[in-house]
Amino acid sequence: MFVTSAFAQESAPAVEGGHTGTEGDTHSATGVPAEAHGVFPPFDPATFPSQLLWLAITFGLFYLFLKKVVMPRVGGIIDVRNDRITQDLDHAARLKGEADAAVAAYEQELAEAKTKANAIGQQANDAAKAEAEAARKKVEAALDQKLGEAEARISSIKANAMKEVGTIAEDTASAIVEALVGGKASKAEIAAAVKSVAR
Amino acid sequence: MAADKVDPIHQFHINKLIPIEIGGYDLSFTNSALFMVATVVVASAFLYLSTSSRSLVPTRLQSVSEMAYEFVGNMLRDAAGTQGMKFFPLVFSLFMFVLVANLLGLFPYFFTVTSHIIVTFGLAALVIGTVVVYGFMKHGLGFLKLFVPHGVPIYLLPLVVLIEVISFVSRPVSLSVRLFANMLAGHITLKVFSGFVVSLSALGTLGIAGSVLPLAMAVALTALELLVAFLQAYVFAVLTCMYLNDALHPGH
Repeated sequence: MFVTSAFAQESAPAVEGGHTGTEGDTHSATGVPAEAHGVFPPFDPATFPSQLLWLAITFGLFYLFLKKVVMPRVGGIIDVRNDRITQDLDHAARLKGEADAAVAAYEQELAEAKTKANAIGQQANDAAKAEAEAARKKVEAALDQKLGEAEARISSIKANAMKEVGTIAEDTASAIVEALVGGKASKAEIAAAVKSVAR
Repeated sequence: MAADKVDPIHQFHINKLIPIEIGGYDLSFTNSALFMVATVVVASAFLYLSTSSRSLVPTRLQSVSEMAYEFVGNMLRDAAGTQGMKFFPLVFSLFMFVLVANLLGLFPYFFTVTSHIIVTFGLAALVIGTVVVYGFMKHGLGFLKLFVPHGVPIYLLPLVVLIEVISFVSRPVSLSVRLFANMLAGHITLKVFSGFVVSLSALGTLGIAGSVLPLAMAVALTALELLVAFLQAYVFAVLTCMYLNDALHPGH
């Protein structure tokens, strides 16, 4: 299919080239052998040895150049970059570790300070409580003493008063007896009478 | 000249630039050889110059080179494992050579090296030759286990071995014909549609208006051919990796 169409296309310009002359010259100057053979160019075996030879030369040189120069270089660039990235990641991880440690240390110190503050507070609280208790006890003791003193005075005053009550009663009784009877009762009798009544 | 442009086969002609003949063989330096040299020079210069600064943070061109390198490297490692990395220079040069040859062929008036079956066949023969030579060197006759898959019933074995042998023998053919045919067909189609533009626009105003259609087609085809250029280089490299894997691990 390709070959026949090629034939058709091929013959047309050849005829036209014959007409114009210059066209024909350029064609013959380039000396296209495929046209002469009438073979579809890619299938023309006449060109195979030269193409294979130059393919071997060019591709061989290309292979060697890539293998010896380009690939070590590109591989090196990529390796260096990967190394650098790993290194930087390690560095970042180390810094993060340091930061974490600092945070942990800070938190520990904070916790210690808190417990310390609590202990100090507790101590102060206890001391204040003990002091207050002592002061209370002292005041109570003083009050107890004053109460005792007061009670002792009251009882002595009462006793004195009671003693005076007897004298007053005896005086009153002798006065009454004198006024009523007109005689004088002896002091001993009156005292005995008052005592019996007072009982 | 107009008729010349419409001829879609003209671009595949081999012209002798420096005639050389040794021992009855025509070994002339032709336009094909010129573009092989151009391919190698362009690819080498790009890879060499783009990486010359060796910067840690790559420039655009350097990252293109690195991408190509890592792309082929990963392809080979996936297909043939870390043992296959000894073939990395081969696969990388094949990939770069085919890719740059395909891409250069897309320029107007440029010759497409990979549109000649002898070139693609030469590359395919290099791959298969490497596979066979390395396979026998590494495994000796154990390389022949490649043709005897495991777990096949004994009465089916002759048939399976025959099929395996045929498939192995057809590999260089399919590898070379795939690349050659894609390039050839693409360039012929491109030329035919571009030829329509020329011949239609010669028909006057209506023809010029009508030639917009094949022109758009030619533009679209150029994009497609760019894709095909990459794709065929990739396919060639992938298949090379898979065949090399057979040389490394013939027992499936």
